[in-house]
Amino acid sequence: MDNAENLIALLVAAPLLGAVVLLLGGRRLDRTGHWVGTALAGASFVVAVVLFTEMLGRPGDDRTLYQHLFSWIPVGGFQADVAFQLDQLSMTFVLLITGVGSLIHLYSVGYMEHDERRRRFFGYLNLFLAAMLLLVLADNYLLLYVGWEGVGLASYLLIGFWQHKPSAATAAKKAFLVNRVGDMGLSLAIMVMFTTFGTFAFGPVLDSTGSASEGTLTALGLLLLLAACGKSAQVPLQSWLGDAMEGPTPVSALIHAATMVTAGVYLITRSGAIFDAAPAAQLAVVTVGAVTLLFGAIVGCAKDDIKKALAGSTMSQIGYMILAAGLGPVGYAFAIMHLVTHGFFKAGLFLGAGSVMHGMNDEVDMRRYGGLRRYMPITFVTFGLGYLAIIGFPGLSGFFSKDKIIEAAFAKGGTEGWILGGAALLGAAITAFYMTRVMLMTFFGEKRWQPDAKGELPHPHESPRTMTAPMIVLAFGSVFAGGLLSWHESFVKWLEPVTGFDHGHAPLGAAAITTATVAAMVLGVALAYLQYGRRPVPATPPRGSLLTRAARRDLLQDDLNHVVLVRGGEHLTRSLVYVDHSLVDGVVNGTAASFGGLSGRLRKLQNGYARTYAVTMFGGAAVLIAATLLMRAV
Amino acid sequence: MNPVNYLYLAALLFTIGASGVLIRRNAIVVFMCIELMLNACNLSLVAFSRMHGNLDGQIIAFFTMVVAAAEVVVGLAIIVSLFRSRHSASVDDASLMKL
Amino acid sequence: MSALAAAASTGEAVQFWVLGTVAVVGALGTILMKKAVHSALCLAATMIILAVFYLANGAYFLGVVQIIVYTGAIMMLFLFVVMLVGVTAADSLKETLKGQRWWAALCGIGFGVLMIAGIGQASLGPGAFVGLGEANAAGNVQGLAALIFTKYVFAFEATGALLITAAVGAMVLTHRERTERARTQRELAEQRVREASAPPSAAPHPASADYGWKLPTPLPAPGVYARHNAVDIAGLLPDGTPSELTVSKTLRDRGQIRDVSREALNDLRALEQRSEERLGRDCDELDRGGRGEGQEAGR
Repeated sequence: MDNAENLIALLVAAPLLGAVVLLLGGRRLDRTGHWVGTALAGASFVVAVVLFTEMLGRPGDDRTLYQHLFSWIPVGGFQADVAFQLDQLSMTFVLLITGVGSLIHLYSVGYMEHDERRRRFFGYLNLFLAAMLLLVLADNYLLLYVGWEGVGLASYLLIGFWQHKPSAATAAKKAFLVNRVGDMGLSLAIMVMFTTFGTFAFGPVLDSTGSASEGTLTALGLLLLLAACGKSAQVPLQSWLGDAMEGPTPVSALIHAATMVTAGVYLITRSGAIFDAAPAAQLAVVTVGAVTLLFGAIVGCAKDDIKKALAGSTMSQIGYMILAAGLGPVGYAFAIMHLVTHGFFKAGLFLGAGSVMHGMNDEVDMRRYGGLRRYMPITFVTFGLGYLAIIGFPGLSGFFSKDKIIEAAFAKGGTEGWILGGAALLGAAITAFYMTRVMLMTFFGEKRWQPDAKGELPHPHESPRTMTAPMIVLAFGSVFAGGLLSWHESFVKWLEPVTGFDHGHAPLGAAAITTATVAAMVLGVALAYLQYGRRPVPATPPRGSLLTRAARRDLLQDDLNHVVLVRGGEHLTRSLVYVDHSLVDGVVNGTAASFGGLSGRLRKLQNGYARTYAVTMFGGAAVLIAATLLMRAV
Repeated sequence: MNPVNYLYLAALLFTIGASGVLIRRNAIVVFMCIELMLNACNLSLVAFSRMHGNLDGQIIAFFTMVVAAAEVVVGLAIIVSLFRSRHSASVDDASLMKL
Repeated sequence: MSALAAAASTGEAVQFWVLGTVAVVGALGTILMKKAVHSALCLAATMIILAVFYLANGAYFLGVVQIIVYTGAIMMLFLFVVMLVGVTAADSLKETLKGQRWWAALCGIGFGVLMIAGIGQASLGPGAFVGLGEANAAGNVQGLAALIFTKYVFAFEATGALLITAAVGAMVLTHRERTERARTQRELAEQRVREASAPPSAAPHPASADYGWKLPTPLPAPGVYARHNAVDIAGLLPDGTPSELTVSKTLRDRGQIRDVSREALNDLRALEQRSEERLGRDCDELDRGGRGEGQEAGR
């Protein structure tokens, strides 16, 4: 195929067409709309696979495809194009997005079966796919920004999909607002880019990083990091992800676990050249990653809401990726690899959680589950495989990717290396702990089922085939993806033309780190088993330690935001209003009042009587004579 | 006698005329006072003519008369039409510019 | 001629002081007289005196023009308008604007004092006056004409345009547009008959002034018989009552009707009696009839 480039636009066009048709099509599509959406997502996946095979047929350094659609904003020296760039990095994302996206579309067909606004849901999902594909396919930062905002919009719409619930509406608003902070970073970064390099296409910008000062690059890196923090829910902009679980579970799986939240990792990896030239920015990135991976893990330990526990986990896993991406060429490939494997197992876990909720009358509190393994065998098995993958059980996906990240972290060298590696190792242990906790509380132990609002005890049952099929596929991914990608370092080699690669030198041997990782995992599992497997789980949460209570409140992130931003903002606006009222308005009103009073008095001179005016004129004439005489006298 | 006395007389007449404009309400009388002021000016112009020994002052006085005639024609026409519409010749009644 | 000299002669001084006083008095009269007519007359006097002063200053042409144009034409125009507006209406000299008189006095005195001080300061001694002897050598009118038609010809033309404009302007200002066709004699007559043929429902006695029924004919003439045809005496109806309709409306409104019917009858009777006495005839018949008529009129 000589003109495979022309297919790239089709990747975006198919889901976009779906979104347009579904959102504008009206009620006549209510009965078939979900299949239309799923088919178009599948079509996009097929195109992606075709392009992938085409790409594999080329030599390693000639795999980048370009497609220039049209000049978007040509103004003088400002040239913004709608053009696509499909290289190995984009290809990885495209396959993940369309593949997992198609599976989740299929899953949603069953999951949203009883929702009367299902057509609209699929329209939003397709819109999300289109925007996400635009994000990863764009060949310049401005078009990337369009996709970036598009996924933000889709995320907002889908989190608030059940807008009749105030919590969902609030969560959507929160996600949108927090994301705006990050978006501001990205838009500023694009502006800085334009003023520095005169363009914002990936190629010219990333090739000419040497021409910019390190200060500029550091600023650019920090701004991009801010953007990544907003979209990927990293500290300090992570607060929205937990609340985003108000959206339907397929949304949580697709957007808030597998794809959109990884856009930050994509952005950092894509801008690798900038970060490589700005060590300070890289340090900030790894710090954010390390802090978030612990933060998310701790939050995940305390949550009783199964989706929020998984959300904490997502945050933590993306922290791993950001950490890896911040390490430079040593880590880019592993960041993306972990991203892919995480996409499989976390989507699988979320779909499993959705399946559990589906069977438990939409109950989300894990303290009211228990013993479900017998009632939902398929869900149990797929969820279990995802669980083993995420804790890094040897041989499964997570093991390969996470182990590499920990190794890369140690390879950073010096004190930093030890701190980062230690944090990653600790994170692995906590991951094992909280995931084991989820597993045990949900599928093992005794039944702690509670009647729902209508007073009916739930009747757990296996989900329909449209839901289990995607779960099974994702479970396969969870098990084999890691091994496949690590086979003879195939993935690293695949990405190397784009991101570069560097083996690094860990202070410990690879075997030692692997052993430590497995040991940490076993430790976490064991601790969790001691606490939740051996002892009955109380139906009401115990008071817990200070850390537990703080973690239940997202480690006081919301309180901090409230105190610093909301209260601070209120005080600021109040004082500004006071200043405005007393000072600005005072000056304005005072001027107006004094002029009004003055003119009120002057007005009386204008009484309309010609004779009064004549007196004035005559007096004026007298004054003129006086002045003339005076001037002559002087 | 010093002919400059004509100037003093002219100044006096002018001041009297101006005061009349200020004091009187009847538009016709006000108009007469204006004529008085013009005449005072003419007197001073004639005196200046004598002072300088040429006739330019008289010429200007002559033009003043012509202009005064034109002015009287228009002014009286205004007064008449004003009287027709308001049945009054008081300048105070024409105070529509008042707020 | 004294005016040709630079300095004024004694005769001119006497003339100045006498006429100057009169001029000031006239000016004061202009602004102080209550009636506009009196003001106009005072102003005319002042203007005539100014004309004399012009003559005394060697401005012969101007002096004559002053009398013809100002005193003759303009002041007559003023008098016309005064008559038009109402000659009898006296102005109230009571000031209505607050503080106006004080301000006027202040400004007037200040202005006058300053002017006179200014003239005094100019130190114009008798030597400052050149005199018009040389300028008027070829005659004042000739001198003026030479200037007007040479040096000031454009200004002169402009004043011509100004005068025409003023004339047209005055016509425009006082002109009233007729908005409908004038009615013809025939239409007026027809209207008159039409209105008279529709009598009001409750018509008062035809003798009353309130008689609303328009007569198709001219109103009856005043006067009673040939001896009393004065306009202020109401005519008598056949029954002896006076009809107010016969007296002009102005007199009726002023209440200046002389009701003389009885007096006239008495006069008539006296006349008859005298003629009877002279002729030696009895006048009983007449007396009876006259008394009866008198009673009717008294009612």
